[in-house]
Amino acid sequence: MSGESAPSLTFTSASPSDTKRLGERLSRHLQPGDVVLLQGDLGAGKTCLAQGIGRGLRVKEPVKSSSFVLVNEYNGRLHVHHADLFRLTDPQQVFELALEENAADGLLLVEWPEVAPRELPPEHLLVRFEIVDARTRRITMAARGARYKDVLNALNAPTPEKTHGRA
Amino acid sequence: MSRQAKMRSAFRRSASPPTTPLRYNASMLILGIETSCDETAAGIVADGRRMLTNVVASQADIHARYGGVVPEVASRHHIEAMLPVVRAALLEAKCRPSDLDAIAVTAGPGLAGSLLVGLNTAKALAYGWSRPLIAVNHLEGHLYANWLVEDARPELPAIVLIVSGGHSEIILAEDHGSYRLMGRTRDDAAGEAFDKAARVLGLGFPGGPAIERAARDAGPKPPRLPRAWLGDSSDFSFSGLKTAVARVAQESSAPVADIAAGFQTAVIDVLVKKTVRAARETGARCVLLSGGVAANGPLRQALREAASPIPVWVPPPVLCTDNGAMIAVAAHFRAEAGAAGLNLDVRASWPIAG
Repeated sequence: MSGESAPSLTFTSASPSDTKRLGERLSRHLQPGDVVLLQGDLGAGKTCLAQGIGRGLRVKEPVKSSSFVLVNEYNGRLHVHHADLFRLTDPQQVFELALEENAADGLLLVEWPEVAPRELPPEHLLVRFEIVDARTRRITMAARGARYKDVLNALNAPTPEKTHGRA
Repeated sequence: MSRQAKMRSAFRRSASPPTTPLRYNASMLILGIETSCDETAAGIVADGRRMLTNVVASQADIHARYGGVVPEVASRHHIEAMLPVVRAALLEAKCRPSDLDAIAVTAGPGLAGSLLVGLNTAKALAYGWSRPLIAVNHLEGHLYANWLVEDARPELPAIVLIVSGGHSEIILAEDHGSYRLMGRTRDDAAGEAFDKAARVLGLGFPGGPAIERAARDAGPKPPRLPRAWLGDSSDFSFSGLKTAVARVAQESSAPVADIAAGFQTAVIDVLVKKTVRAARETGARCVLLSGGVAANGPLRQALREAASPIPVWVPPPVLCTDNGAMIAVAAHFRAEAGAAGLNLDVRASWPIAG
């Protein structure tokens, strides 16, 4: 599926706790082997969404920023690998982290994927964060691959607050 | 399976070699090995107080290029530096392996790949030299750095504030070996917040010294940035502050020095108020500050002023950052609990309490 035709959903988050709730909702539709890329500026809500996913997966300890250690691992309903490429500049460094290999049996979350897009799985759910004002964020989820189209469809099913994105 | 997991299971497959029993005595000579992050370190301490040597091979220059530690790079450098560092420590202390009463090593928390290098080296040395092996918690090591400072008189119970790139913890040390985690960060560590704010403000890496330097040129009215108090909790959150720095940098015309000062003041304010409150509530007899961020001058000053009359002890910078001597001291006080045995594993997220 090409970038242009990728189905997407757009959400508006009014606060960090809103973003966490969205992560919690998304977590219900995730399964082993899934890859979610989180893209947006510092403070846009990437880690916040990851925290919501962690809460939804019943991870006990707080999901913290991974910027310092690059990858944090958590155990919940899924084994979560939470990577943060913020500090890296060289795609070779991302290659050496062997993210896809290490997270094959769990969920891979990657913040700052734009550092090395070629080193990341081509099929994934891409979540983009835009800062609208001090608290409001526009969050767009785009499916790259059939599996993630299913995730979006499932996410789109019952609840009222989301708007349907355009193809 | 990850490379680290493969390395771990390969080690487990080998039969556990016999362990040398530990006999505690007050004048023990202990070699401490520390590789939890990016410093390859070995120190030798006598009596739990007298530092004979403290050798640290830092990778800071290597990692500065990446704006911080890269785990795979770190473990490779640990492998190269480990044995020369141990050898240098023995030479400097004029010690033979047979003089040592025990070998101590950081088993966690830290980067798994880095911890493995120190732990397996310590196991091999303990086995080869027939010395007992003692596993130490890295945070416990930071607490005991204060026992190495000549004019410091740390007393327990103490409140310990550990602030670095990877840690922001308030710990109550009730007695030797008895700890309670009072608070920790829920998102970014304090040092990480400094690094990110410095990146946003274009001040370079590492962020701590860069922000402190920039803040010295601030005007009289730096912008007031938000503090996350989290109610009565002793936990920290620096993520919102980072967002605020990014917003102020983008939207206001405040000079970089002023924003840096506003940021630094906000971080210090939260660290100091929560630490001092914990100290008063627990009846602590002193406050111990450790970790890389302890090098920040305004933090030391603010903490001393706010905690008074409770004394605040801060080790010199070389003992605030990761080192082997502090691991040896912690092991001295752990020694009564017995040797760890050679089949112990790294614990990347080993909690100090509970």
